[in-house]
Amino acid sequence: MNTELIGVVAMFTLTVLLAIPLGKYIAKVYVGEKTILDFLAPVERFIFRICGIDSTKEMNWKQHMIALLSINMLWFVYAFIMLLTQGSLFLNPDGNPSMTPDLSFNTAISFLVNCNLQHYSGETGLTYLTQLIVITFLQFVSAATGIAALVVVFNAMRDKVTDKLGNFFDIFTKTVTRILLPISIVLAVILVFNGSPASFEGKDTITTLQGDTVQVSRGPAAGMIAIKHLGTNGGGWFGANSAHPLENPNYLTNMVEMIAQVLIPIAMIFALGFYLRKKRLAWTIFGVMTVGMLTFLIPTMIAEINGNPAITQMGIDQNAGSMEGKEVRFGTPASAYWSIVTTIISTGSVNSMHDSSMPVSGTMQLLGMMTNAFYGGCGVGILNYYIFIIIAVFISGLMVGRTPEFLGRKIEAREMKIASIIALLHPLLILAGTALSSWTIVNHPDAAWAVKPANWLNNPGYHGFSEMLYEYTSSAANNGSGFEGLGDNNIFWNITTGIVLILSRFLPIIGPVAIAGILAKKKFIPESAGTLRTDTGTFGIMTYAVIMILAALAFFPALTLGPLAEYFSLY
Amino acid sequence: MATVRKQAKSMKLFEPKLVSEALKQSFVKLRPKFMVKNPVMFTVEIGTLVMLIVCIWILAGEQSQGSFIYNLIVFIILLLTLLFANFAEAIAEARGKAQAESLRKTREETPAKLIQPMGEMFLNEIQKVSSSQLKKGDVFLCEAGDIIPLDGEIIEGIATIDESAITGESAPVIRESGGDKSSVTGGTKVLSDKIKVKVTVSPGESFLDKMIALVEGASRQKTPNEIALTILLAAFTLVFIIVCVTLKPFADYANTPITIAALISLFVCLIPTTIGGLLSAIGIAGMDRALRANVITKSGKAVETAGDIDVLLLDKTGTITIGNRKATHFYPANGIDEKHFLKCIVLSSYMDETPEGKSIIELAGINPLSYKVDNPKFIKFTAETRSSGIDFDNGNSRIRKGAFDSILNLVHKAGNKFPAETENKVKEISSNGGTPLVVSENEKAIGVIELQDIIKPGISERFERLRKMGVKTVMVTGDNPLTAKYIAEKAGVDDYIAEAKPEDKMNYIKKEQQNGKLVAMMGDGTNDAPALAQADVGVAMNSGTQAAKEAGNMVDLDNDPTKLIEIVEIGKQLLITRGTLTTFSIANDVAKYFAIVPALFIASIPALQGLNIMKLNSPASAILSAVIFNALIIPILIPLALRGVQYKPIGASALLQRNLLIYGLGGVIIPFIGIKLIDLIVGVFF
Repeated sequence: MNTELIGVVAMFTLTVLLAIPLGKYIAKVYVGEKTILDFLAPVERFIFRICGIDSTKEMNWKQHMIALLSINMLWFVYAFIMLLTQGSLFLNPDGNPSMTPDLSFNTAISFLVNCNLQHYSGETGLTYLTQLIVITFLQFVSAATGIAALVVVFNAMRDKVTDKLGNFFDIFTKTVTRILLPISIVLAVILVFNGSPASFEGKDTITTLQGDTVQVSRGPAAGMIAIKHLGTNGGGWFGANSAHPLENPNYLTNMVEMIAQVLIPIAMIFALGFYLRKKRLAWTIFGVMTVGMLTFLIPTMIAEINGNPAITQMGIDQNAGSMEGKEVRFGTPASAYWSIVTTIISTGSVNSMHDSSMPVSGTMQLLGMMTNAFYGGCGVGILNYYIFIIIAVFISGLMVGRTPEFLGRKIEAREMKIASIIALLHPLLILAGTALSSWTIVNHPDAAWAVKPANWLNNPGYHGFSEMLYEYTSSAANNGSGFEGLGDNNIFWNITTGIVLILSRFLPIIGPVAIAGILAKKKFIPESAGTLRTDTGTFGIMTYAVIMILAALAFFPALTLGPLAEYFSLY
Repeated sequence: MATVRKQAKSMKLFEPKLVSEALKQSFVKLRPKFMVKNPVMFTVEIGTLVMLIVCIWILAGEQSQGSFIYNLIVFIILLLTLLFANFAEAIAEARGKAQAESLRKTREETPAKLIQPMGEMFLNEIQKVSSSQLKKGDVFLCEAGDIIPLDGEIIEGIATIDESAITGESAPVIRESGGDKSSVTGGTKVLSDKIKVKVTVSPGESFLDKMIALVEGASRQKTPNEIALTILLAAFTLVFIIVCVTLKPFADYANTPITIAALISLFVCLIPTTIGGLLSAIGIAGMDRALRANVITKSGKAVETAGDIDVLLLDKTGTITIGNRKATHFYPANGIDEKHFLKCIVLSSYMDETPEGKSIIELAGINPLSYKVDNPKFIKFTAETRSSGIDFDNGNSRIRKGAFDSILNLVHKAGNKFPAETENKVKEISSNGGTPLVVSENEKAIGVIELQDIIKPGISERFERLRKMGVKTVMVTGDNPLTAKYIAEKAGVDDYIAEAKPEDKMNYIKKEQQNGKLVAMMGDGTNDAPALAQADVGVAMNSGTQAAKEAGNMVDLDNDPTKLIEIVEIGKQLLITRGTLTTFSIANDVAKYFAIVPALFIASIPALQGLNIMKLNSPASAILSAVIFNALIIPILIPLALRGVQYKPIGASALLQRNLLIYGLGGVIIPFIGIKLIDLIVGVFF
């Protein structure tokens, strides 16, 4: 067990060690300083030329958002049509069918918004063509969209009064060419060498030791698995995601995928420090986020390592920890660590089944998505955190007797209004969604749908409630993982989670960008002795408290009826 | 009158008379029309109404909602919560009103002696009218014993005036036409002489009217910070509406019936009722505190802005230094007998009425009359000679004292040499921030008197305090840069403007504002008016001109230039009180969740007993204890809201740490203890 814990510590340490130089590199890319990938400039110029984009035209925050939303709209229509017709298109060696309209609506949105909630199984639900030019494509552009929105906020946080916040397409394109593509190529190569398939051939047939014949799905998966993690997307090539032996063959690939998924979220924090020359602020944010992660990780570790008391009572050895739903090649600690990281950032890929986690772990995984601001998804994690900073700055500004200001700008009613709406949105979507499904199950169990509401849940009682709560939480956090006991491929879940996905993706991007854009136009007030510094431990504690009380406490009653009730029934 | 104000100042927090008025108002304010302005408390009012309906429903025979008594108690506690919140606001208002009342007495109908205009001329024909009939531009006459009917500007005459009605200061002040001391305030009393005053305000808009309106809250507008906070609190309220509304289908799924009383109790406990109930009381109390400091603010915003001030402009004279220079040292030239030197300067200052002259005799400690001189003839100071002195012994002894260059001139004209050591001394004194006064006898320089500005005792500590608050102090003086620098260093101000002309102040303010700083200044003269208007916080002295008072956004009734420091602290205190109580209110939720949530479900999910970490007696007593705590905390915190949380200038981060510890951590822990204690009592019955 000790060796396994050292493995976890090594994974985290290695991530931070890689994230710092990467952060520096990312800052250089956006500042426009010289980097080793400058030879790609002609490629970018070529893209701009064929798209008719003037990449030097500076935009204000509204123009940025119009650009972001319109191009996303385009991708959605494209993805929706492709999924709807994939069955009759080429590159479909396994002969998989087209998606139903509600499933392709859900899937198109889900990948567009970086969530990757999968109401299908990759082996049968998609063709190689859609895996590549829809799913993998969206995994690149959705990650780049989040990062680009964050860079707009970085631009607005600079010490000058301006409404010129860079060019959206310029930032977006460079994010893909200079950051996502090169790192993905490295990752994919590592995966291929460790056994992930990269073949265009259809299913293979093998004969097992028992003598059975088994059909094994494969495909050009390695590249997709790389960006799935790097872009905090999480949608797997195979239904079992990174628990599948071809998607995550061994402990080494497990480490690589683990590091890859949290690399950019952490690197973006350091990029903020390098870009704005505010390293202390970056370290403070990193500190709060890390403490946040540990808050969820430590109880999970303890619960998983100790195993299920009900099994212990049966006299079964649990030295390896709670192994239900876990892969033997990864073990308990590495799986517990993955389950927390994948939920606090918005990846949602899994290497163990969260449905089988201990109740405490389930609570922590849910809380990771409910707070959704510790590291968080590519770009959007810091955007979510930004909202909490604004609220924390406001309250603590009052507490020290000064009109609240953040990075030299006064926070006033308009910014508070936006921040409040965004902070409110997350609990609203999760709780309202879960309330709707609970209500439907109780009042219309036999509604005449393809899957009756009474048959939605594999597990009755508290755990069934957790499954519904998890599904909406995962959608609202744009996470994409699931308590897979839920029968979610039907019109109710496809449509309701689809709506939650759109709202919880774009509003939390527009909100912070709008606040930052409004603040950037305000008078800049240089720091004085009376200014409350936002790069201190005290302010960090304040932000942590705001996140925990505002984001986590609102879910206390819901958690009580789900995993907490389960926990107290178990012990 | 003065005694009334002094009484008002030392008013106890809960004066019985005020309490009974506030109690009445607490009920009046229940009207939804008033409540809707405070979204947090408005939702509580809706909840209270629902509970009333539930109580009636039970009387009508409903069985599912628990006992009638239990529901009735919840209803009563919710009603009390509302009343407590209203009481907080009402008591703050009542205290303001009590202040206003003492002012109002002075405003009662006063007879005015209106002078009828005749074309461009004013005749001496007087018509007695009531003060309410005076219009802007009218001219009235006031003689000894008259109460001035309305605010105005003296256009003719000089008078001593008793302003105790508004300042509480009993010493009379002099007001005269022209210059910076020409404005008079309605309600004050002329003690001597006769003045003609031109009315400068319309009836109902006079200084006193504005003041009364402000303290009564009639014209109280929400400040930007208050609006932003209200938005945040509304958001918190909305979150908990969502939490409570969705809890119903959750409970249905879990087969756990939740009573309406439990759901509403959870909601009322979770929403920030503590700060919601005290918010407007805090605002009113802030303006009230300013008024107690004898500062009238034109809006609550001005008080808030004062808390944000980065730069403070202060006049040297009267603020940093005690009014006038004083003699501090005598330096006789070489070869001059000290006793003789003393005699010369004492005699030359004998008839000198200036404060400097008096200070010389004071320092010498010799009675001028002890010297016997023949035929003394005093030479008065003129702008031409820039010296004064005395001739005696039939003009054989001629003593002069004056500025260095004028005496130098005198000495050189007579063909005498000016002693080098005296000249050096003169330079030394100048560079030390003093003013040298050279003394000559029979056109020979015999020594120097050093005059120094006396820095007010304790002023450098006050500047140090301001520095810790993050406020930069700037001294404004007409002195030369050398003197200014010396005094600035000695007093501990951060910067100075020497040889200042009125426009220099203006330029300095503009420069700082361009750098994003908020600037406060104090002024009294008409030529200060543009700068007062430009400054973010402009405090005009009550003795100042009408123009200055119009331009500033605060008026200091005491004419005390150091008042700005107090105003800054009052402004900070106002924000801190709001911030800390918000934190406290929200931190309370942790304990309340742990009290109510297990109570909601324990009946159907007994395992959740593990969540009942306070070991509360029963679900009913847990819920009652939480709502009782929630209600009681409001009146408990009223004194804090009215007095304000103390401001300590220890730096922003240290202050945040301190307040986070007291109100954040305290806010988490206290309700655990409070709810448990209440449960020990309530648990006996439920």
